[in-house]
Amino acid sequence: MMSDPSQTELIGRASLPRRNWPVVILMGGFLVGGGIWPFIGKEYHVYLTLSFFAYSVALLGLNLLFNYTGLLSFGHALFLGIGGYTAAFLTYKYSIMSMELILAVTLALSGVVALAIGFICVRYIKIYFAMLTLAFGMLLHSFLMKTYDLTGGDEGMHVFQPKLLGFEFATMDKMAFFCGPYYYYSLTVFLIALVLMWRIVHSHFGICLQAIRDNPDKAEYLGISIRSYRLRAFVISGCFAGVGGALMAPPTGHVDPAFVFWTHSGDMVFMVLLGGFSNFFGPMMGSLVFIFLRDIVASATEYWRFIFGAILAVIVIMAPEGLMGMVVNGWHRLRSLLMRGGSP
Amino acid sequence: MILEAQGIKKYYGGFCALDGVSIQVREGEFVSIIGPNGAGKTTLINVLTGFLKPDAGWVKFEGRDIAGKSPEELTHLGIARSFQLVHIFPKLTVLQTLQVAVLSRLRRGNKWLSSLHSDKEVLEEALQVAELFGLSPFLSNKSAALPQGAKKLLDVASAFALRPKIILLDEPTSGVSTADKNRIMRTMVEAARQMGIKTILQVEHDMDIVFSFSDRIVAVHQGKIIADGAPKDLERNEDVICTVVGKKECFQTFQTILEARRAKEQ
Repeated sequence: MMSDPSQTELIGRASLPRRNWPVVILMGGFLVGGGIWPFIGKEYHVYLTLSFFAYSVALLGLNLLFNYTGLLSFGHALFLGIGGYTAAFLTYKYSIMSMELILAVTLALSGVVALAIGFICVRYIKIYFAMLTLAFGMLLHSFLMKTYDLTGGDEGMHVFQPKLLGFEFATMDKMAFFCGPYYYYSLTVFLIALVLMWRIVHSHFGICLQAIRDNPDKAEYLGISIRSYRLRAFVISGCFAGVGGALMAPPTGHVDPAFVFWTHSGDMVFMVLLGGFSNFFGPMMGSLVFIFLRDIVASATEYWRFIFGAILAVIVIMAPEGLMGMVVNGWHRLRSLLMRGGSP
Repeated sequence: MILEAQGIKKYYGGFCALDGVSIQVREGEFVSIIGPNGAGKTTLINVLTGFLKPDAGWVKFEGRDIAGKSPEELTHLGIARSFQLVHIFPKLTVLQTLQVAVLSRLRRGNKWLSSLHSDKEVLEEALQVAELFGLSPFLSNKSAALPQGAKKLLDVASAFALRPKIILLDEPTSGVSTADKNRIMRTMVEAARQMGIKTILQVEHDMDIVFSFSDRIVAVHQGKIIADGAPKDLERNEDVICTVVGKKECFQTFQTILEARRAKEQ
């Protein structure tokens, strides 16, 4: 059937592995840069990077829904909360210190909760989906506030230093632990999440999600069950956000209902927009800039919220495709300039 | 009988769009549904493909009642369709669009960690369909950036990529220049032959195309079937042609066009 030489040539061309240099550089940058950062960066900045890892894992999940499935969740802090409170319950209430167990329980809980909530939410799209997810997030917030005996109410709960791969690191002081073993642990989880999500969005399942995002009617008439695919994307997304929350809690040492409040979900959406949701790496860029810029501005002035808000607004207006969009456009311009320069 | 509908009624509020329509399509037939604007042609296609639920009547595919089945279920039974307005995935490339259709047919959408790019079977089939529809030069183009004719072809090609038992095409040449219409129809018929898709049911306005390609023509007017027969039986039926075209004087023009085509064929 495929003996036609022109067709054979086409297959060869289409299946040839394309070397995507910017992606290779970025992946390598995360690995090498992340690996040496504790040796060259200030301790405080290394500590701040833990938030970047945690948010990035959560945003990988959020963007699977937003960019690849076309559903914007305004309640994803709910899953951060599940991760954070799982860490608190296990370490504080039950003295279970294993970080691996915390992550495993978080994955299971986030998956079950996402399945239940998603079952209802994915029946709706656009603003209705966004508002429903926000409502479920606020339901958890109210639950955490009102069940004082169980969750500590508005005071929240402590999160104790976890064991990593069975090692306690009891002799290390807190900062050395978080900037050393915990940093590399978070980096590893982040890199695993990054590769896993990369594979998901480039898989058979991932392309079906993008088809649903672009045209649900057409996708359905090509035999794709849109509700089932959206639900699965929601569950995967919730699991990533849950893991992000579980990573975030130990360095903070404390979780409270603000963790799941809608403004926290809003921060996550803002990070995605700031970095550029249409690029795989955009949300990570957004979280990096958001976390470090907030810290710089907050340490410079007591009116930091005003200044920080203004700076972010300017960035979003000047770069509607997000910061990553700016970088990518710059890269394309540079490449075309170099190619023009190299041609006779 | 591959597809059969009996006593289909469909109302939009108080307006009766289909009034007890019954239609049968045999395996291997190329059937065209014709009729003036608002006759109920698209509604009929929408009912036959589960896009709309009939208010009365039933639809059977291979003897099985398919009422209430979702479009996704109908697709997996072997029914595919294209829409009147172009339905594509704007941000996906031509190759990706065809890959989606092929992997859906092979039920590989659940593979969530395997690389689509290295799935040779899906790739080969998608490329084969692209070749048949003349879409190979556009493989890496985003669908939104295609010329209108290529968008239409991609829409139809993705339905063909499902290798259905029957395909329902809603005005497959609408929005395409007159010069391109015959080329697109020929491409589709040739692709159907090569892919083993034997049965086609289409809604079409272009009488030249309808009478050139169809085995049977069904004329619909005001929600009812007013004629059902072979093209040679209908082409001399002045009442039907005038009802479909809308003007009495068009009948003569229509006859002239048919004679010119026959002369060209000889």
